[in-house]
Amino acid sequence: MMTTPEPADGIGLFAALPEVDDEAQRRLHARLVAAANEAGVLDVAYRTVDTPLGSLLLAATDKGLVRVAYAREDHDQVLEQLAHRISPRVLRAPARLELPAREIEEYFAGRRTLFDLPLDFQLSSSFRRTVLTLLPDIAYGTTASYAALAAAAGNPKAVRAVGTACATNPLPVVVPCHRVVRSDGTVGQYIGGTDAKKSLLSLEAAA
Amino acid sequence: MRREPFEKVVELHGPTVLRVCRAVLGAAAADDAWSETFLSALRAYPDLRPGSNLEAWLVTIAHRKALDQLRAEARRAVPARNLPEQPSTHQLPGGWESDLLAALKALPLKQRQTVAYHYLAGIPYADVADIVGGTAEAARRAAADGIAALRRTYAHARHDRDKEGESS
Repeated sequence: MMTTPEPADGIGLFAALPEVDDEAQRRLHARLVAAANEAGVLDVAYRTVDTPLGSLLLAATDKGLVRVAYAREDHDQVLEQLAHRISPRVLRAPARLELPAREIEEYFAGRRTLFDLPLDFQLSSSFRRTVLTLLPDIAYGTTASYAALAAAAGNPKAVRAVGTACATNPLPVVVPCHRVVRSDGTVGQYIGGTDAKKSLLSLEAAA
Repeated sequence: MRREPFEKVVELHGPTVLRVCRAVLGAAAADDAWSETFLSALRAYPDLRPGSNLEAWLVTIAHRKALDQLRAEARRAVPARNLPEQPSTHQLPGGWESDLLAALKALPLKQRQTVAYHYLAGIPYADVADIVGGTAEAARRAAADGIAALRRTYAHARHDRDKEGESS
């Protein structure tokens, strides 16, 4: 409960003490992140990175990158989900995500065709996880059909389940669900929107 | 229970806790107290009881951290007393801040604490009493005494200086 107490006096006795000191908050935030890292209590670190497809949220646990989110997924909401599903010890810690951020920038610049990052698949379970682990086998610049992927996952009938696995991919861009398309050649759904999927495919085709 | 990402907690309550630490400990020591408070809070956060008042929880931790620091300071204490409280030569607003902190520092600890927790963090006296010990009435009295003293020292000096500013 935040009650504003009656003013201490007419002139605002505490007006000289800044309510928000941005410079101090930045300094203290950085110090907190460093201390939390050292103490092993920063369970989820995150940052954003600007790309031609908008701001991407990157989040990592100590096991690796755990979430990539487009702005349309609502970053605040994604962070709340991470707090709920993994741990509420969530802090903005750009330095801990320097490597994924750099690789993603290189990818969008057309200078990287393969991501070489530790990944944490804990947000996906069972069959979905199996599908996701197969996706990096689809080479840069190529595509595979949902049906082919279902067969590769050992369950040719599970075409729809493959679609769901791709649609709920917690690591878009890095785990290339955008390379999975419909058998009729149309691109199909994408967590970042169909236009984003087309952009990624043409980026890869052009490189 | 759904818990907000700790980043949000820092964003929402960090500034108030810093104000409180500055009022109780002064500007220099406040950074350490704030840092220890938020690191402790981060550790304990997943186990925090649902429905807890986050700001009161944080101020309670900050209260303990500040006491730890004051005790450590007392142990280290060399006979040299606190730096003499010179009126700041700065102009507004930095000058007022150091003047105010100096005036707060001159208060007895209990007054400083109750003033900071009630007036800066907005914590009701019943809860302030839980933090500092004693009754709500005693907390209210300590804060009132503190405010009265600040009016006499700091606000007075400030008033005089405002007048000077007008005439120059």
